[in-house]
Amino acid sequence: MNFSNFLLMRHEILLLVITMVLLIAEIFIHKDKKSSIVHLAIFLFGIHTAIGFFPVEENSLFGGMFHTNAMIHFFKNILNVGVLILLLQSADWLNEKIVGENRGSEFFILLFSSLLGMYFMISAGDFLMFYIGLELSTLPVAALAAYETNKRISSEAGIKLILSAGLASGVSLFGISMLYATSGSIYFDSIAEVITSSNLTILGMLLFFAGLAFKISLVPFHFWTADVYEGAPISVASYLSVISKGAAVFILMILLFTVLKPLMHVWENLVYVVAIATMFIGNLFALRQQNMKRFLAFSSIAQAGFILLGLITGTQLGTATIVYFVMIYIFSNLAAFGVVQAISLQTGKENMDDYEGLYRTNPNLSLVMMLALFSLAGIPPVAGFFGKFFLFTAAASKGYYLLVFLAVVNVTISLYYYLLVIRAMFLRKSDHAIPYFKNKLYMRLGLIMTVIGILVLGLYSPLYDYIYQLSSVFN
Amino acid sequence: MDILSLFVTLPVITILVLVFAKGLKQARQIAMVGSFIQLGMAINLVFAYFRERAINDGIMVFTKDLVWFKEFNIHYNIGVDGISVALILLTAIVVLAGVFISWKMEELPKEFFISLIVLSTGVYGFFISIDLFTMFVFYEIAVIPMYLLIGIWGSGPKEYSAMKLTLMLMGASAVLLVGILGIYFNSNADGGPLTFNILEIAQVNIPLEAQKLFFPLTFIGFAVIGALFPFHTWSPDGHASAPTAVSMLHAGVLMKLGGYGVFRVAMFLLPAGAMHWSWFFIILSAIGVIYGAFAAIKQTDLKYINAYSSVSHLGMVMFALLMLNKTAWNGAILQSLSHGFMTALFFALIGMIYGRTHTRDITKLGGLLKVIPFISVIYVIAGLASLGLPGFSGFVAEMNIFVGAFQHDNMFYRVATIISVSAIVVTAVYILRVVGTMLMGPVKNDAYLELPGATWYEKAGIFLLLIPIVGIGVAPLWLSDMIMASLQPFIQGVL
Repeated sequence: MNFSNFLLMRHEILLLVITMVLLIAEIFIHKDKKSSIVHLAIFLFGIHTAIGFFPVEENSLFGGMFHTNAMIHFFKNILNVGVLILLLQSADWLNEKIVGENRGSEFFILLFSSLLGMYFMISAGDFLMFYIGLELSTLPVAALAAYETNKRISSEAGIKLILSAGLASGVSLFGISMLYATSGSIYFDSIAEVITSSNLTILGMLLFFAGLAFKISLVPFHFWTADVYEGAPISVASYLSVISKGAAVFILMILLFTVLKPLMHVWENLVYVVAIATMFIGNLFALRQQNMKRFLAFSSIAQAGFILLGLITGTQLGTATIVYFVMIYIFSNLAAFGVVQAISLQTGKENMDDYEGLYRTNPNLSLVMMLALFSLAGIPPVAGFFGKFFLFTAAASKGYYLLVFLAVVNVTISLYYYLLVIRAMFLRKSDHAIPYFKNKLYMRLGLIMTVIGILVLGLYSPLYDYIYQLSSVFN
Repeated sequence: MDILSLFVTLPVITILVLVFAKGLKQARQIAMVGSFIQLGMAINLVFAYFRERAINDGIMVFTKDLVWFKEFNIHYNIGVDGISVALILLTAIVVLAGVFISWKMEELPKEFFISLIVLSTGVYGFFISIDLFTMFVFYEIAVIPMYLLIGIWGSGPKEYSAMKLTLMLMGASAVLLVGILGIYFNSNADGGPLTFNILEIAQVNIPLEAQKLFFPLTFIGFAVIGALFPFHTWSPDGHASAPTAVSMLHAGVLMKLGGYGVFRVAMFLLPAGAMHWSWFFIILSAIGVIYGAFAAIKQTDLKYINAYSSVSHLGMVMFALLMLNKTAWNGAILQSLSHGFMTALFFALIGMIYGRTHTRDITKLGGLLKVIPFISVIYVIAGLASLGLPGFSGFVAEMNIFVGAFQHDNMFYRVATIISVSAIVVTAVYILRVVGTMLMGPVKNDAYLELPGATWYEKAGIFLLLIPIVGIGVAPLWLSDMIMASLQPFIQGVL
């Protein structure tokens, strides 16, 4: 393996090194300064994120198993930024609750392993690498979901996640085997050349789709979502809803747009139906949620439904709008989870009622939450509006006006429940509102980064143009 | 910075300064200075417009075009014609009056003025946009602060009203979005590139089927905020719960976005669709005119009376727009302006009366003319303007509308026009009834004998609104001239 190959796998190798360093570092850390592992992890990951931004050329490794290009590289960078923000937001929680029990480094090792799995998954050039990546990205998260071992609900979340994820990857593997049976290859390039719409292929594709739908939590494979989010530590729920979902959407898009492109007349109908079901079910269930984590869980199901509006197109425009939307969604959702995290850490409160009167005691935190929710709801001038508008434009470009209409109906429904939170924070007054507290440096930094993202990503148009150019590689 | 972009940048600067304001005094002063400069700019724009029009015969003047999202051909493209200039002037006056009326906003003053100015930013941006996308962005920016404005500072069932208003308006904008996308993807029908530019799309012959499909979506999308029957239900509740300045801005300015959007987007870009569907929307707007007037008779809450009166008056705007001729259109724009000033004045006066008597129920009020003569006299004047007395703006507007409407010699149009005209009589009933029970007669409550008169800031707000009402009524020609000239491209496009 020469140096240029090393550069291609820069993300993967660096992350692996960081994981190893953290594993060893814990041995040398003095027991009075246990929290230095958190500082070290954030510092190393920050460097890793920064290095990722150096450009990369398009190439394949290991005979086509590993493949990278500017778009994939860009997406890995988005995931990196997301995880960095997540680490900043989780630092206080780790310091207070986890590090003391000597479980600090494991958290990072599990988290980074999962991220490594996602890198491999989206860089996959064949189904084997894809499957390894999928498994590697899922299994550590199940351990993370059960990380708060003193809470029963957390263990429940872990079990639920691992059972559903295991089933999902099994189903997915079954689908892959059918695709292999009909095409005689596991390499994406070769499959794309020979694939035809025989019944077996279509069945294979359906099963494969179902497997990934679990990860993206599309209806009807969404049942694990709310329970797992509620039980898991907030950092992990946040990770599941943004990073994990984002990566799964990305690889699903690549596969549908390249390998399974000849079956487009089948999967566009599938995506159409699933999009409608996901939007409606996600939104309607979100209406009555009281727990903020469950609330965000259903909201994130609904958001996944919107993403499918870009997926249905199969064009460069679709690719660009999906990546753009996912990027904005990562920032918006991280901002929302960040506020929930901050409040939960200070007060242990996670219900919407507890947020009543928040603006009068903690104006900044409320404003961050408001921006995040406006971005999720798609209200200008924050970024979410542009993301949604462009997704709808993509769907309309193929003439799916009815689908766009149903989507905008859902936007209105979603606005209702996002406004409920804003109502609690701004409109209501409460005698037992959460008292003023000051966030620590890391948390503030994490929230500020999300706010900058929410404000800038939409209005700064060259970014979209850049993504659009990158998107040409899949079409 | 060009003359139009200043209209959206100045409010943003005002907001940034307001963020650092401490307490009510600083906040209201900053808001007042900001709105005052804005009004100066608006007046300057009127003169600049007349000067510019003499040398520039483009449809839009002071245009500026910057590429925003290249791939979608989205531009930050601005420009004004006579109609938008008039509406910008309306906005500037009502915003400044609103700031004066909110002089004693004790609760979260900084946030109140920020929200108010965010709303006005959206409105200014909407009126100067030539690009559909930019226009849509500004539209939503104008609507969303209403939720906080009503929800935090409102009265009565404010949470319910705020939610209902926001959801209905945002729902409408969602429908509008589909319409806009439909227009966008048909804008290449003549072989050109896809575009959001209104002036370019107007040159394109969009296929008839597409026009028939997307006209109702675009029309309804805008007409909801213009309180078209049966989509008006957000408006009475919203007005009643909103604080005074917000009711003023809402009825005076925000609802004008509906008529303007219908005219500038739906009818201008989809003329064949307008022809095809006009009968249907004429029926709805005629029902709105008469229904609003009758509903106003039954109300006892002052704000509800005015809210339903707005439904009636703005129904007339829609009605006139759908008449598809120049006189009626001129009347529609004049009615928009006239209603804007008049309703804002009404709500300001209602706010003053409520602030003193703590009730808006006309059955509990009486003899106010003896106690607070200044406010009461202005109320009478506003009432007379509302029922279309010659000498005030309402007369000029309604005159134009009905003369224009009667130019159709078709039975359907005649009947619709007669029904709509009869609303004027009903208007007289509810206006005079309020004047009779609330202002005349004995003072019903002894506590009212001690009511204080209008303060300087209240008078400032009142005069700001009263001057244009009388001004348009007495000398409507310069305004008509400005509007008429701008109607020309619409005539060519639609007729």
